[in-house]
Amino acid sequence: MKLTRVLFLVSLPIIFIASIIFYVSHQNAQVFNTAGTIAKDEKNLILFSMFLSLFVLVPVYLMLILFSVKYRASNKSSKYSPNFSHSRTVESIWWTIPTILIVILSVVTWRSSHQLDPYKKIDSNVKPINIQVVALDWKWLFIYPDKSIASINSINIPINTPINFELTSDAPMNSFWVPQLSGQIYTMPGMSTKLSILSDKKGSYSGRSANISGRGFAGMLFSVNVVSNSEYNNWIKSTKSSTKVLNDRSYETLSKPTENVQPFTYSFVSADLYKNILGKYTLSDNNMSKVMGM
Amino acid sequence: MENNLVIKAENSKSYLGFWIYILTDCVVFASLFAVYATLHNNTYGGESAQMLFSMPLALTQTIILLTSSLTSGLAIIAALGKNRSRILLWTVATFLLGALFLFLELREFNHLVAMGDSWRSSGFLSSYFILVGTHGLHILIGLIWMIVLGLIVMKKGLTAKSMKGLVMFNLFWHFLDVIWIFIFSVVYLMGHVGL
Amino acid sequence: MMLANLLGLLNVDSFRHDIIQNVGVGIMTLSIFFASLALTYFRKWKWLFGEWLSSLDHKKIGVMYIIVAVLMLSKAGFDALLMRTQQSLSVGNNHGILASQHYQQIFSSHGTTMIFFAAMGLMFGIINLAVPILIGTRDVAFPWLNSVSFWLFVSGMILLNTSLAIGDFSGAGWLAYPPLSELQFSPTVGVDYWIWSLQIAGVGSLLSGINFIVTILKKRAIGMNLMKMPMFVWSVLGSMTLVVFAFPVLTATITLLYLDRLLGAHFFTAGGGGNPMMYVNLIWAWGHPEVYILILPAFGIFSEIVATFSKKKLFGYTSMVWAIWAIVILSFTVWLHHFFTMGAGADVNGFFGIMTMIIAIPTGVKIFNWLFTMFRGKITFSAPMIWFVGFILLFSIGGVAGVLLAVPPADFQLHNSLFLVAHFHSMIVSGVLFGYFAGIVYWFPKFSGIKLNERLGKIAAYFWILGFIVAFVPLYALGIMGATRRMDHYSPSMGWQPLFIVAGVGVLIIGLGLLSLVLQVLYSIYKHIENRDRTGDPYDGRTLEWSIPSPAPSYNFSILPIVKKTDDFWEAKQEKRSRDLAYKDISLPKNSYIGLIVSAGAFALGFGAVWHILWLSIIGLLVIVVSVIVRTLDEDTEYTISKEKLILDDIQFYGEGK
Repeated sequence: MKLTRVLFLVSLPIIFIASIIFYVSHQNAQVFNTAGTIAKDEKNLILFSMFLSLFVLVPVYLMLILFSVKYRASNKSSKYSPNFSHSRTVESIWWTIPTILIVILSVVTWRSSHQLDPYKKIDSNVKPINIQVVALDWKWLFIYPDKSIASINSINIPINTPINFELTSDAPMNSFWVPQLSGQIYTMPGMSTKLSILSDKKGSYSGRSANISGRGFAGMLFSVNVVSNSEYNNWIKSTKSSTKVLNDRSYETLSKPTENVQPFTYSFVSADLYKNILGKYTLSDNNMSKVMGM
Repeated sequence: MENNLVIKAENSKSYLGFWIYILTDCVVFASLFAVYATLHNNTYGGESAQMLFSMPLALTQTIILLTSSLTSGLAIIAALGKNRSRILLWTVATFLLGALFLFLELREFNHLVAMGDSWRSSGFLSSYFILVGTHGLHILIGLIWMIVLGLIVMKKGLTAKSMKGLVMFNLFWHFLDVIWIFIFSVVYLMGHVGL
Repeated sequence: MMLANLLGLLNVDSFRHDIIQNVGVGIMTLSIFFASLALTYFRKWKWLFGEWLSSLDHKKIGVMYIIVAVLMLSKAGFDALLMRTQQSLSVGNNHGILASQHYQQIFSSHGTTMIFFAAMGLMFGIINLAVPILIGTRDVAFPWLNSVSFWLFVSGMILLNTSLAIGDFSGAGWLAYPPLSELQFSPTVGVDYWIWSLQIAGVGSLLSGINFIVTILKKRAIGMNLMKMPMFVWSVLGSMTLVVFAFPVLTATITLLYLDRLLGAHFFTAGGGGNPMMYVNLIWAWGHPEVYILILPAFGIFSEIVATFSKKKLFGYTSMVWAIWAIVILSFTVWLHHFFTMGAGADVNGFFGIMTMIIAIPTGVKIFNWLFTMFRGKITFSAPMIWFVGFILLFSIGGVAGVLLAVPPADFQLHNSLFLVAHFHSMIVSGVLFGYFAGIVYWFPKFSGIKLNERLGKIAAYFWILGFIVAFVPLYALGIMGATRRMDHYSPSMGWQPLFIVAGVGVLIIGLGLLSLVLQVLYSIYKHIENRDRTGDPYDGRTLEWSIPSPAPSYNFSILPIVKKTDDFWEAKQEKRSRDLAYKDISLPKNSYIGLIVSAGAFALGFGAVWHILWLSIIGLLVIVVSVIVRTLDEDTEYTISKEKLILDDIQFYGEGK
């Protein structure tokens, strides 16, 4: 095939990919547009892996292009060795180099899996805030057990403060995901998972469920508002003026299937609610909820 | 030599294929054992293995099944000796023992369900019934197979095909015995000890 | 009252659907109607049943698999178009053309159909066509079982498609995780349709797995020891080994899900002592090997193609064999990487992450071996090689994306996002599909005696490569932009819409690619006189299949070959070996309708299980059992071809005295 034609065909995808990258870089690429320490570390991991992969992609592409051009049948000047099918040297190279790359990445994997374990508490002098999360059909319930208030589909957290989430579901499996703050964790009925985050940038960050849980799952959107300490305290105070109260009875109403729910708050939530929700699914002698972590 | 029919059967492609099938059945049971291992403590407020299962019954079932493996093997020996009536004798013995095993098992299942301990009661009982029940289903298939096999041997005698059927059945029956040993150990013995 | 009980859960509402579903049902029904009309008009019913539907010839079974697979590929491709349309339109106040539940059924059906009926169908089709001839034998080890496998595949396919017309399909994704797939959250028959079509097709796959392992181990030509087999056959052996170890797990697991739904058991329920996480573990213990089941034969096809079109021996044969078995073993040690986000802890996540990366090594080794096969070869870039080039370019990107996802904390961000979707489509489309398309194009002359039109073949490959890039690069980007998979609606503030629209255009281009492929075949058949291949060896090939006439005769080889080396046909040509003319009478399996009957029984069993029609399921089961027993007792299952006929056929092909 003519060289110009090849160049044309090759340049099309390159221009296309470049356009996509250009577009994304002018949008809110949430996984890369981080506002939390965990998300930032996870982003660096992603970028590092992408960088390492060049060590494989570049040689492969180069060889493919080089060999295709040089050894095509119409090129009479190239050497033809029909039985050359074995070379210790060459084979050692391509068993070894990928192995080295994988060893490097394995060390990174082991370390980062521990450092960025969602169950690991964040190192900080600031006293953490506890939030209990319950995935429902099809909205998110957030309980602040220490403040006895609750909120639907929206939470306020103070900047530079570790947040310790405890998460469960009173609905099918969901996944709690706020990309700009951290990676996700599954929420499962009868199980309590954990996630710790810290945000160092004020703003409003969108969250969603990352696991299909039925008809209304795409509408399970919530926002995490990172505010100053005083704004946070004011917000807590303001929730006290809500007329809604979350007890076992109103919870029963709440847990009925609804979609695309607008955020609202409860001025009071009963202390054992999260524990009771977990307890619905387990039945042991002391009715203790099961904690994740095999 | 007529002996060769059995030896030939064991060297046949069909026998190799059947071995591989047994392997797949092994994986099915392995999955069910994994399920039982995960769920056997999930009694959901109900009674545990220790409270529900009777060791004397399990032991009896084990002895019956082991003996039936013996009689099944004796049928193969009879086949090697080209003794048609002996083959049928030992096959009938195997059938009767297998049927007794199944009868005892079904009676126990019925008893449990009547007491309110059915597969609906808990994860533990679901996993118990499916593991032991699947084994019992295989025993039932073996019983039907023995009837068909017996009829073929009676009508067509010792042919390459009927001998292939006999060796495959024998492998199947021994396999069920092995699985039962695991069931006995994991479900009944460990359950009895409270593990 | 009696009638209501007799029909289980079936009622009038089961037949009520929305307009898009009705169009789908209409297209299906009209296609069947017109096909029947054509068969009647051209008086081809007897030919259809006698020559094809009852055939135990592995080549015919292979062709039938491929035809069904391509139909299912088209159907699932149309699902993809609907999905892209929905996601391009459903922003802000617009809610697109599909209700959420319908959208969820569509993507569940898309994934299920693609994996189980398009990809598996293409795979078993090509394996059936090629393996016996590549190893120098006349048929598979168990020809009748082979027919049963195919018909069970068809039965599962029909059951799945019935869900469009009667009842509905699962909306729980292609793997139906509980608790969503339990009765409480999926109260309709949809999940049961999913369970039973997979159950039936799965048994077919399992039987094929056994069949091909015994075939490869026991039916190779004399002199073809294992290390002289074509690499494709090695890859099939590896894949079938995975089938026999993995599919029983699927069988067991979805049976348990069915029992939860039917009998109120508590295997995977939330509460009652059930454990939904157990399902996730089990289903992926099957699911991960499944993707290697699909890709290994595709790798094998590329091994054959690269060697043949580079006119050079495959580089690193031993290495390639070791790589296959490393992949087979390792594929059982990585399953947890599908749910790092379930919270198993850092040690467990780390272990599985590392194991996942290790499996990238043998895969990479294979790529380098193919490239070095090209090195110092004499390469012709016909259509199959274009597929190969596209595969290297695109599969590598998907592969490194996979290694990235294998780092658990990276996965925490990208799990269940469109980045993940782009990754696995890179693997399945540019790996599995490109490989099987290349194989069909490559071996087409052998089975039809017709050479495929090169121009259309290349155009098809270009459309697929280009279409793939346009359809899936935006999805990688969307993942980075925080887009979760399976969403039927989103906010315009996300900035996702333009990318969804571009991806939709990509799907259209892929559609053109599929059309070109089909056109290539139809046009080449239309021009069959000009395209006739009389040599049997249109590429100056290396392996045994090119030593026999095209189309391959029913008995494949008039004289079973005796093999000396790897790529023995090529060596024989170089050495100008003459054939040892030792003709013998041969026997081949007679046609049998039992496979078809078993399949009908399986459908009855499945349909009854879905709709709780006990008597129907019992009848279906009895039909299967009785058919099997009848076949076992049948003594008259073969027919003879005389050596005189073989001699005559050979004189026609080779000329006198050769």
